[in-house]
Amino acid sequence: MNDSTQLNLENLAGPPSQQPAASMREATVRVKGLNLFYDEVQALKDIELDIPDRQVTAFIGPSGCGKSTLLRCFNRMNDLIDSCRTEGKIFIAGKNIQKKKVDVAELRRRVGMVFQKPNPFPKSVYENVAYGLRIQGINKRRVLDETVEWALRGAALWDEVKDRLQEPAFGLSGGQQQRLVIARAIAVQPQVILLDEPCSALDPISTLKVEELIHELKQQYTIIMVTHNMQQAARVSDRTAFMYLGEMIEYGDTDQVFTNPNEKRTEDYITGRYG
Amino acid sequence: MQQQNIRTWISSGAPWVWLNAAAVSTSILLVAGLLLLITARGMGHFWPAAVHEIVYHEADGSRTRLAAQVRDRERVKASRLVESGLQVEAGVETVERILLKTGNRDLGGQDFRWVLEPSVLQQLQPLSMAVLEREEWGAFFGRVVGLKQDSELLQSRDVWVDFQARLQRVADLREQIGDLQKSAIGSVNYRMERLRLEQRELELDGITEPAAYDSIEQRRQALDAEYRRLEDELLALNEVIRRDSVILQTSGGQEVELPLHTIIDAWQPNAMHLGQRLAHYFRKAWAFISEDPREANTEGGIYPAIFGTILMVLLMTVVVTPFGVVAGVYLKEYARQGLLTRTIRIAVNNLAGVPSIVYGVFGLGFFVYTLGGSIDRLFYEAALPSPTFGTGGLFWASLTLALLTLPVVIVSTEEGLARIPRSIREGSLALGATQWETLWRTVIPMASPGIMTGLILAVARAAGEVAPLMLVGVVKLAPALPLDGNYPFLHAERKFMHLGFHIYDVGFQSPNVEAARPLVYATALLLVLVILLLNMVAIHVRNGLREKYRGLET
Repeated sequence: MNDSTQLNLENLAGPPSQQPAASMREATVRVKGLNLFYDEVQALKDIELDIPDRQVTAFIGPSGCGKSTLLRCFNRMNDLIDSCRTEGKIFIAGKNIQKKKVDVAELRRRVGMVFQKPNPFPKSVYENVAYGLRIQGINKRRVLDETVEWALRGAALWDEVKDRLQEPAFGLSGGQQQRLVIARAIAVQPQVILLDEPCSALDPISTLKVEELIHELKQQYTIIMVTHNMQQAARVSDRTAFMYLGEMIEYGDTDQVFTNPNEKRTEDYITGRYG
Repeated sequence: MQQQNIRTWISSGAPWVWLNAAAVSTSILLVAGLLLLITARGMGHFWPAAVHEIVYHEADGSRTRLAAQVRDRERVKASRLVESGLQVEAGVETVERILLKTGNRDLGGQDFRWVLEPSVLQQLQPLSMAVLEREEWGAFFGRVVGLKQDSELLQSRDVWVDFQARLQRVADLREQIGDLQKSAIGSVNYRMERLRLEQRELELDGITEPAAYDSIEQRRQALDAEYRRLEDELLALNEVIRRDSVILQTSGGQEVELPLHTIIDAWQPNAMHLGQRLAHYFRKAWAFISEDPREANTEGGIYPAIFGTILMVLLMTVVVTPFGVVAGVYLKEYARQGLLTRTIRIAVNNLAGVPSIVYGVFGLGFFVYTLGGSIDRLFYEAALPSPTFGTGGLFWASLTLALLTLPVVIVSTEEGLARIPRSIREGSLALGATQWETLWRTVIPMASPGIMTGLILAVARAAGEVAPLMLVGVVKLAPALPLDGNYPFLHAERKFMHLGFHIYDVGFQSPNVEAARPLVYATALLLVLVILLLNMVAIHVRNGLREKYRGLET
């Protein structure tokens, strides 16, 4: 690993000006009896899940099994879909986020998300990273500068873009854009980061960089990722959940799921018999 | 075999390509032809055409000698001429006749006459023949033979040179008088009127203390004094400008004396070389776009109409943009997509198809009478019974046009928003932005090129619209521009002139349609140019925005 991806662990908790209290950062995710329907079609069935703090949890499973849908439950992104309806409870850091009165914007600030395809805004590199802060009303130049640099370093992108911060983000390569989007997500210092197939649109070298980055980020954040790539799940994650047709089939330590699965269906999927 | 070939030719799609190509070429040809026609007809008007001295014999055998410009030629059937009582040589089938612009309307009573080509005995272009542009009675053709100052004949070695010098003096004086009347006296009148309104307001409020009225009275006296001083100055200038006159001889031999202050310009087209002609041409073209109209709009320039058109379109843009964008954003982003939303959308689309005169009627009934009337009663009570906003004016015209173009802006805003990828919205929402923040900071800026496209269409439509304007504020001659140096500078309640209406007025309502026809073409050309200019500005802005948000498509 070269200097650019080497992280200063002391700084991971946030830029010096806004170090949060350690107790605030305890972020486990617990799912209890979650059902999700698109109109009459049930997409998630009785999901029970305990995701530990500061580890990487990977969701695997064939297309359409509901892993992305489950991931989008954690920051209530499914609210955007009119026909979507959920039952059950999801606790993040002990709070049920399914309640009506939960401030969704505040929730999404605590639970960041990175999408399948890089989706930078049509703004400069700097403004992309500063976006979340500006939303929160932070406009002090010093704080912004500091946080942008910190977040870009955190996403192992600083050395590549430090001389072109004011240039449009569309000028970056796909891999750089994806790391920029990750920097954008960590700039608001979430507790949990959701990654929805973050490497599916990237070339192998960029994929490697993002994987290394995930490895570093888990020191500080609870990371939940969806992936189609089982090698990736095996390489990156600490725990793995296998889903099939909206059901949670198996959930356990990655080593155990991949080497000694309890369920026949898990084994079939991992060995490539379907999916 | 032959049939087989035709079938393959048809199935290859080639006929459709040809049909498309033909349709496109026809459209382009039509547009280009139209532009060419109005350019050729309109631009020719300012060229210093030669003045011919023509001798011809009339139907009764008598000879006429006159000076004229050849306006048109056409061939007519001999039989038709015979029927109307003219003599034509036997055996001739068609005869060419010439349309002559004779000028000197004050002497001859008519501006134009047809002369049969065979009856022309002599046609010359004397160098000394002059064209005089006058304040009234149209052009004068004749020779300058003498100058008078205070009714005394002047001795001069070159009458033409002296004439030009004195004409320049008169032009300077005329400009002074114009300034005095428009700026100084206009301003005094405006302040007097406001003073009158102030007093009326006090009366309406039931205030009786004389102290309040004293201050008004004092100011009125000051204004009165200023007015009298300006009036004296004006009278003096009017006296000075009347000093000279010119003696002219027509081709018929008649001597005429014209006061110099009625002459705006004079030139000798037959003696001009190409450079002079060009200079003259551009001077006249510039005068056309920079000066006020004269003689019931059939002469002079169209500056107030250009000004009114552009100002109205700008005001319309300022009004329609926020309303259209807000409505489009609400319909697309906030409203629940159900039956009601669909109905509203259909209604909006249908609004775009309503004939514009209907908007005019609505504007008159609602904006002018209802809204304007209420505004007058509430805020301009002092001016009643003469209406301020309760009559057609720039503001109501802009509002009516804004209503007319609203559907275009709403629809294009919706389309612009629909093109923003979902991932961008989700990216913003996932960072904790509310829907409003997402829209304001990301989606609307990205949709702005689409919104601008709608505005471009709106501007193009609004600038060319005439029918509704006739009901809500356009007049054939506005006494003052809606923008001037008197507080509050923008007088949105004033009536204004408009290029489109000007075309209608000059081309079809003027007392001398034939003489004004080239002006109609020139005005049409200018209207096209103004719309083009407004569109170019809008397109430039849109391309800038597009460049800024480039990469959106990837």
